[in-house]
Amino acid sequence: MSSDVLDKRELNTPETGGPKSKIEVNDFNFFYGTFQALYDLTLPIYERHITALIGPSGCGKSTFLRALNRMNDTVIGARAEGEVLLNGQDIYAPNVDVTDLRQRVGMVFQRPNPFPQSIYDNVAFGPRVLGRPKARDLAEIVESSLADAALWDEVKDRLDASALTLNPGQQQRLCIARTLAVRPEVILMDEPCSALDPVATLHVEDLMRRLSAQYTIVIVTHNMQQAARASDYTGFFWLGKLVEYRRTPELFATPKEALTEAYISGRQG
Amino acid sequence: MLKTEQAASLPAAQAETTPSRRHSGEWWIEQIIRGAGLSTIFIIGLIFLFLLREGLPAFVRISPLNLLGVRWYPIEELYGLLPLLVGSLLVTVGAVVIAVPLGLITAIYLGEIAPLWQRELLKPLIEVLAGIPSIVLGFLGWVALAPLVQQAGAPTGLTAFTGALILAYMSLPTIISISEDALYAVPKEYRDASLAIGATEWQTIWRVVVPAARSGIVIATVLGIGRAIGETMAVMMVTGNAANIPSLATGMFFQPVRTMTATIAAEMGEVAQGSLHYQALFAIGIVLFLLTFAINSLASMLIGGGKQQRSSQL
Ligand SMILES: Nc1ncnc2c1ncn2[C@@H]1O[C@H](COP(=O)(O)OP(=O)(O)OP(=O)(O)O)[C@@H](O)[C@H]1O
Ligand SMILES: [Mg+2]
Repeated sequence: MSSDVLDKRELNTPETGGPKSKIEVNDFNFFYGTFQALYDLTLPIYERHITALIGPSGCGKSTFLRALNRMNDTVIGARAEGEVLLNGQDIYAPNVDVTDLRQRVGMVFQRPNPFPQSIYDNVAFGPRVLGRPKARDLAEIVESSLADAALWDEVKDRLDASALTLNPGQQQRLCIARTLAVRPEVILMDEPCSALDPVATLHVEDLMRRLSAQYTIVIVTHNMQQAARASDYTGFFWLGKLVEYRRTPELFATPKEALTEAYISGRQG
Repeated sequence: MLKTEQAASLPAAQAETTPSRRHSGEWWIEQIIRGAGLSTIFIIGLIFLFLLREGLPAFVRISPLNLLGVRWYPIEELYGLLPLLVGSLLVTVGAVVIAVPLGLITAIYLGEIAPLWQRELLKPLIEVLAGIPSIVLGFLGWVALAPLVQQAGAPTGLTAFTGALILAYMSLPTIISISEDALYAVPKEYRDASLAIGATEWQTIWRVVVPAARSGIVIATVLGIGRAIGETMAVMMVTGNAANIPSLATGMFFQPVRTMTATIAAEMGEVAQGSLHYQALFAIGIVLFLLTFAINSLASMLIGGGKQQRSSQL
């Protein structure tokens, strides 16, 4: 199965003049204690594109996503095998500084999780923990991050208000702004819209589309329409394995694997 | 004070939402609960009235100048409250300054850093610490701590500092266990968000978890202070019981003092009921009562702010 999952020609890899890969995952396995959650994953993640991960509950999408910035390190007994190359460097190599990695590979979570602090402090959090920016630089970073997250106009008059006074859609965009403030290269999003209403969802999708001009984005979603409309590449996971990984329109129009077809048609119908 | 309010308002609220169609058994239960709640308020009211009745005359019969004086010497009808206030303040503030940082750091260690086996060993030990009777601690302070303080250079071992140490020790278990609960209650999502931005473990604890647990830590501190202000026997044993204002020159903390509670406890037995001295002691009681009331109100104001923030998120 794994060899024809990655049909490089079809994916338009650099050999054929397509996008460059930002992350290369090679023979990656992941274990929670004795339970194996991911099997032999090999795939590229393309720079400045949106990659969607779909699949039934428990198939390992979140696990894979969290493996890309080593958030799984916080789980006791978790173990990774194989390589994840970010710009050609293995992020699981022993000399890697995990905090540095996480600054470069940011993450937005399922439930909006702004800190119970002011809007300003939320966005300023990253720059502050990473160094001691001057007040003026900090104000600029906060403004540009909020603007990039399409939130500036809504909050510019109340930056001192608690972030918890925002509605869920705004909170999620604030979390995106908080991630942008440390200038990451990759943004991982784990079902970022599942707690949002349809309007706020479209807002975030719009935003992702604009951000993909600068950032590499990987998004986990349960929403087939969202994957179809908002992503460039889609990977279908099943029981910890990557069944099919192709350009989004093709995967949805002409799935090669029976499993993929069953899953997307079941979900769409 | 918070507790009695809740107890009283709960049954009342239920009675409103469910009309007459309820079982008589349930009606009785409701009345009992209501009675219990109201009786608490009633008893507190009675205590306060009694305190006022016995103590207020002192404020009339003793001249304000005398009350604000620097000498407490009842035999000569000198009733200056200042030395006692300063004594209580020194011991309490000292205890808070020692216990809050220590307690908070211990709580952080227990909740965030210690491996599981250490936590499981330490938590019950801390509970045991809370169960040691204060008189035992006072005795220990007198026998073991005071000589140490004197060796360290104080003119005597029985000082405000010794009292503060003992009190800090007594309030530590409260501060540790309540702070630890508050830290534990901070949602994992906050930690994840912080780590995912590239913050270190320590930055996450210090900049995200501790501020988010603020209201719980305030409660822990206030309960700790509450214990410190009200504590009598242990403090009486180790502070030297000198009712004078320590001079700034020689280091206030390292001189004997006498607290308000210790004064009441020491002199209550020898006064004639209704005498001026007796009323003066009750006047001290009123001052203590107002102080604790003020601290509690301040605390619930601080906590109230924190709670509102949190609930708007859910
Ligand atoms: N911390 C953990 N410890 C042990 N097992 C875990 C842990 N987290 C996830 N798992 C297991 O790993 C498997 C993959 O979980 P994962 O959360 O990655 O799935 P998912 O595809 O994201 O599911 P969902 O769509 O429900 O979010 C599941 O069987 C899950 O039970
Ligand atoms: Mg998931």
